[in-house]
Amino acid sequence: MYVTLNPGNRKVVEGVILWILVLSSTIAILTTLGIVASLLFESVRFFKSVPLTDFLFGLEWSPQTAIRSDQVGASGTFGAIPLLAGTALISAIAMMVAGPLGLFAAIYLAEYSSNRMRSLIKPALEILAGIPTVVYGFLAALIVAPFLRSGGEGLGFEVSSESALAAGLVMGVMIIPIVSSLSDDVIRAVPQSLREGSLGLGSTRAEMISKVVLPAAFPGIVSAMLLATSRAIGETMIVVMAAGLAANLTANPLQAVTTVTVQIVTLLTGDQEFDSPKTLAAFALGLLLFLVTLVLNVIALRVVKNFREQYD
Amino acid sequence: MTEYFLEPASLAKRHRAERRYRLYGQLAIGLALLFLVLIFTSLIARGYGALQQTEMRLDIIFDKDVIGDGGIQADYQKLARNALSEIFPGVKNRKDKRKLYQLLSDGAGYQLGNSVQNDPSIIGARQSIWVLAADDVDMYLKGNVTEGLDESERRLNDRQIAWINALQEMGRLELRFNSRFFTLGDSREPELAGILGAMTGTLFTLLVCFALSFPLGVLAAIYLEEFAPKNWFADLIEININNLAAVPSIVFGLLGLAIFLSLLNMPRSAPLVGGLVLALMTLPTIIIAARAALKSVPPSIRQAALGLGASPMQSVFHHVLPSAMPGILTGAIIGMAQALGETAPLLMIGMVAFIVDIPQSIVDPATALPVQIFIWADSPERAFVEKTAAGILVLLAFLVAMNLSAIILRRRFERRW
Repeated sequence: MYVTLNPGNRKVVEGVILWILVLSSTIAILTTLGIVASLLFESVRFFKSVPLTDFLFGLEWSPQTAIRSDQVGASGTFGAIPLLAGTALISAIAMMVAGPLGLFAAIYLAEYSSNRMRSLIKPALEILAGIPTVVYGFLAALIVAPFLRSGGEGLGFEVSSESALAAGLVMGVMIIPIVSSLSDDVIRAVPQSLREGSLGLGSTRAEMISKVVLPAAFPGIVSAMLLATSRAIGETMIVVMAAGLAANLTANPLQAVTTVTVQIVTLLTGDQEFDSPKTLAAFALGLLLFLVTLVLNVIALRVVKNFREQYD
Repeated sequence: MTEYFLEPASLAKRHRAERRYRLYGQLAIGLALLFLVLIFTSLIARGYGALQQTEMRLDIIFDKDVIGDGGIQADYQKLARNALSEIFPGVKNRKDKRKLYQLLSDGAGYQLGNSVQNDPSIIGARQSIWVLAADDVDMYLKGNVTEGLDESERRLNDRQIAWINALQEMGRLELRFNSRFFTLGDSREPELAGILGAMTGTLFTLLVCFALSFPLGVLAAIYLEEFAPKNWFADLIEININNLAAVPSIVFGLLGLAIFLSLLNMPRSAPLVGGLVLALMTLPTIIIAARAALKSVPPSIRQAALGLGASPMQSVFHHVLPSAMPGILTGAIIGMAQALGETAPLLMIGMVAFIVDIPQSIVDPATALPVQIFIWADSPERAFVEKTAAGILVLLAFLVAMNLSAIILRRRFERRW
């Protein structure tokens, strides 16, 4: 009735519709290809003027200044190590907040709380992940950072106004629900028979959780942590607003560090010609970011998949 | 486990450990919820002030000598200055007068100009009018300027503060509802900055995003769930979707910059490009949600349709898809809510420019609400802090509304089979 009464025509029309469906679903592949192609293409051009080894192992990042004036095409030094170290420092602080809090919250939700409590608390925690990152950036830069600064002064520490600590702490709060929701899911996926066996042998609930449930859920928890880390590494707005701009190779969380994402934004938001090594460097950083997060995600997804199959 | 056999810990000790375990969990959840409460209260505490703006009541003489016959170019600001001078006849020398005039906003002139444009007959008359005060006056009235600071570190000097106090005693300064915040575009002057431009930009961006990602996402989900054979191609798409969902948003911004702007020469800063980039980002969310919704429709629906002579295509489009629609729409709204809060990819494609005009179409330069928040948060003026917080509250209000409607949609229309 909707298409036509002639079955021959219907076949043609439905064949066309099927092709439209197939094409729509290839958009996902095209997007991935587009990302890889655009990042690779610009990165290759970047690596023509800056050697790959300088980029990957260089200890100095200063895209603005011309240090070697005889070098054609390069406007500064592009050593990515300080950026990677800064990213790692802030992500590590974030995971130190989100890891324990998220895991203990998940254990409580999965093992102790009633279903009713759980159905209230879990969505409430997930609000934290739904707040836009620019809001966290505002909080980190205008509330947490000044608070840490004055608190540090009171205790005799010198805290930079763009400290890695402020950005990391706020980012940690943001990713608590990623850890807690995923861990809660995997802990609940551990078969009930394991719990009953453990309790039946006389262990307390806490012993049952720490000696039986958590080891059984371990791969899933690891993958939750990996996904959260990947999220922290790729997070942009919090660090753009609350972390520093200058590259600084340090492990001191009270100092300002810069990250890969911050540099991508600063390199690309100014007004400059598109072909300079400065803008191309942003794509090389983007490629690096894409690869690192991709590897983390692939490992995490694979671990979860194997874990699910183990108990299904 | 062996340790319990070798050295049986006392039962009390084991129970203490048990209580500790439970406490840790409660503490973790309590802390996380506390953070949530702190976030909202600190934003509300900082943002509600932006609902009010300080205005100054001046007895304006619409002097023909100053504004002529009321052209757009006339110096309306001077009318406000003259009226202010009239209140403080003692202020004589130029330097002091300049300080006095700093209490007025540049917006005062526009306001007076507008009244003249609306009603030219008031030229020559004398009227008592509320005009905008400068942002520093506003901050002082709201108690955000500490008098204890040294004069050189303050934006208002002692004489200006004395004038403000005098004006306040005369009842000429008042905090009034700030409708400009909802009806104006961005401005360098905090008292004139509004979010309408950014909201319009966001609206256009989300329209483009929805128009692309919703149909594409639903069609892709239908293919993958209903028609795709189990082969390498379907697996490839599946892997791609899962990975795309976890790619950092800034990478999508780089894609937009390299492909849409450089390669295809689309306009910079336009909601069109922003919508395209966000559509690619939300596509995985919509596909995953739509697939779950399609999967929840029981096979008996399909079999009944097929049994009555419908083709597989008809059974899907006439029966399965309508039944799955509430679930799909829920997923789409959640995807849109994510897109609403995205900032980083929009920075990459130039939607971060300072734009005063309210965009009229999807190819006009525009910013979006979260980007506007970012721009304001970066501004040095003290008065922008409350605008930023207020902008965040508006953004959060939209997010809450969208998520609530998703929940209601799910509760009311989702069928349990």
